[in-house]
Amino acid sequence: MIGSLLRRREAGILLMIVLFCVFVGIMRPRFLTLDQFRIILLLIPLIMIGAMGQMLVIIARHVDLSIGSIQGLAAMLTALMFKFHPEIPWGFGFVVAIGVGLGLGVINGVLVTAFNLPAIIVTLGTLSLYRGLTFIVSNAKQIDRQFVPAALKAMSQDSPTYAVPWIIVIALAVAVATYWFANRTLVGRQIYAMGSNPIAAPLRGIRVNAVTILVFAISGALAGLSGIMYASRWGFVNPSNTGTGFEFQVIAAVVIGGVSINGGVGSVPGVVLGVFLMGCVSAALPLLGIPGTSQAAIYGAVIVIALLIDRSVRMRANAALSSARGRE
Amino acid sequence: MSDAPLGINSTVSASHRDAAPPRPLWQVIFVRPETLTFVLLVLAIFAGGQLSPYFLDIRYILDSFTLTAELSLLALILTLVIIAGEIDLSPASAMALSACLFAYAMSFDWPMWICVFIGIGSGLIMGAINAALIIGLQLPSIIVTIGTLTLYRGLAQVIAGDKSIRVPEWYIGIDKVQILGLPAPDLIFIIAAIALAFVLGMTVWGRQIYQTGTNETAAIYAGIRTRRIKTVLFLATGVTASIAGMIFISRLGSVRYDLGLGGELQMVLMAMLGGTYIFGGRGTILGTFLAALLLSVISTGMTTANLLPATQLCVLGVLLVLSIIATNFIYSRTQR
Repeated sequence: MIGSLLRRREAGILLMIVLFCVFVGIMRPRFLTLDQFRIILLLIPLIMIGAMGQMLVIIARHVDLSIGSIQGLAAMLTALMFKFHPEIPWGFGFVVAIGVGLGLGVINGVLVTAFNLPAIIVTLGTLSLYRGLTFIVSNAKQIDRQFVPAALKAMSQDSPTYAVPWIIVIALAVAVATYWFANRTLVGRQIYAMGSNPIAAPLRGIRVNAVTILVFAISGALAGLSGIMYASRWGFVNPSNTGTGFEFQVIAAVVIGGVSINGGVGSVPGVVLGVFLMGCVSAALPLLGIPGTSQAAIYGAVIVIALLIDRSVRMRANAALSSARGRE
Repeated sequence: MSDAPLGINSTVSASHRDAAPPRPLWQVIFVRPETLTFVLLVLAIFAGGQLSPYFLDIRYILDSFTLTAELSLLALILTLVIIAGEIDLSPASAMALSACLFAYAMSFDWPMWICVFIGIGSGLIMGAINAALIIGLQLPSIIVTIGTLTLYRGLAQVIAGDKSIRVPEWYIGIDKVQILGLPAPDLIFIIAAIALAFVLGMTVWGRQIYQTGTNETAAIYAGIRTRRIKTVLFLATGVTASIAGMIFISRLGSVRYDLGLGGELQMVLMAMLGGTYIFGGRGTILGTFLAALLLSVISTGMTTANLLPATQLCVLGVLLVLSIIATNFIYSRTQR
């Protein structure tokens, strides 16, 4: 029953993507070419990785507003390492970025659990704290292209053979790993249980605090990973641009992907489709001649629309449940 | 005797238990978050006095307060929203959108009343959208206002682009206007604070806001129209945002879409620093009033001490987390 509802939900997102692509394709046939598909694919890896962490956080009935700042700080510290210690192998940058993100995420999680604070206020505070630290460590200066290792930049370079660049492979690997974690492990199921019923979860023996810290740690670590991928994708790290507004893009993708804001509901395939839809929208804007300044408005509108869809799905599920009970 | 149901025994023992002794009056008056805010304010002024002798001059404090008066005004109404058990992160964005529309209308040389109508009306509509989603459709205010925060700021960017809209010369300079020896934005803030403190503390409607936030189910059973109260609060937030936007434009002389960007942090910080309980039902306008002054003194002090804006951002972030920990601690120690 619930499974079929969920399947219908993901089918709905797929339908939205198809309709959108057909619509844009009729207006601008160029949208349906393989080149354009590659542009879409290159737009989504960062959002995809951030969205996997945010999905777990929202399923657990929290929200993480600080991921954009974590992305910025992790990217900046990694880029500083590249700049001042070029002798360190560039692959170590991944360790630094993920490690920094993990640490910052744990700080969020500990603040939320130890003092029993609402995540929105804590992460609003750490959003500014981490952003401020990014400016301080970088002395408010951008790290330019020449300091980012060529091998790292090559990971997201265009290639004439339509080979899939590395950052897309990494993003897909993260999605697969999250799917396994959320559906096939004990802790993953406990996250869903916590979100569905926060009162029952501790009574069932779930260590709510530990799981909550873990969820924020994962979200932070993935935001850190997206930080080094930002350096790979754009070739520079800027203290004020890197990651600013990232949290809104990610939250928009997650909620349009069918993760319920009331916790406990959401799936990796849905979020992947949600991210893909956001990528299609971003790629279509310049083709349709809509100025880039309207991006933020569209993200906001997507969040609001997704909330409305979420509500109508919930109402229908409730109605179906109560009519099923009535028949018994 | 021995086979009396357990329930009866427990009721008997419960009725024999003494009620907790009332807290001494001095504790009721002094052990509260507002005291902490006040002490911090005095300390901040003295610390500022060490940096620069101007800090002990009330004139200087009043003048520097005009820089944060608009966000302080929003923090006052946000305090009511939080006491009622909701949250609104969108006012800073709503302020930017309403200010852009207002300035845009003025740039066409339309009559003033039409411009004001557009400004206030847009604020009202934005408040109504929030209210419709949160109260009408019963969606959580946290996520809704994150969405409308992005949406309103995005629409402001669509309207204004990356350019700044200038307003006519005569409209500029509300912060230079002195009424009763006070800069006009300060006076507006003080009047708003007194009015809201009266509504919240002295009227039935104000007490109903507290009850709504303390226990909404109980409030509904007590016959309080909680949905109507919350709707009015969100509409009022929208209107306040547009008024704050008008003051802001007059002070800056022009407006861009990023007006008050990140202002939600400062607003929430003022409310939290003033001892508003994040889970609703507790808090005072006095607290937010003191916290707004405190934050103004801290910001001015940090600028005087030549701290980088980035460092100031860090300080604000840390302050937000610390203030909410302290407030929760004080409330957990006093009665529940």
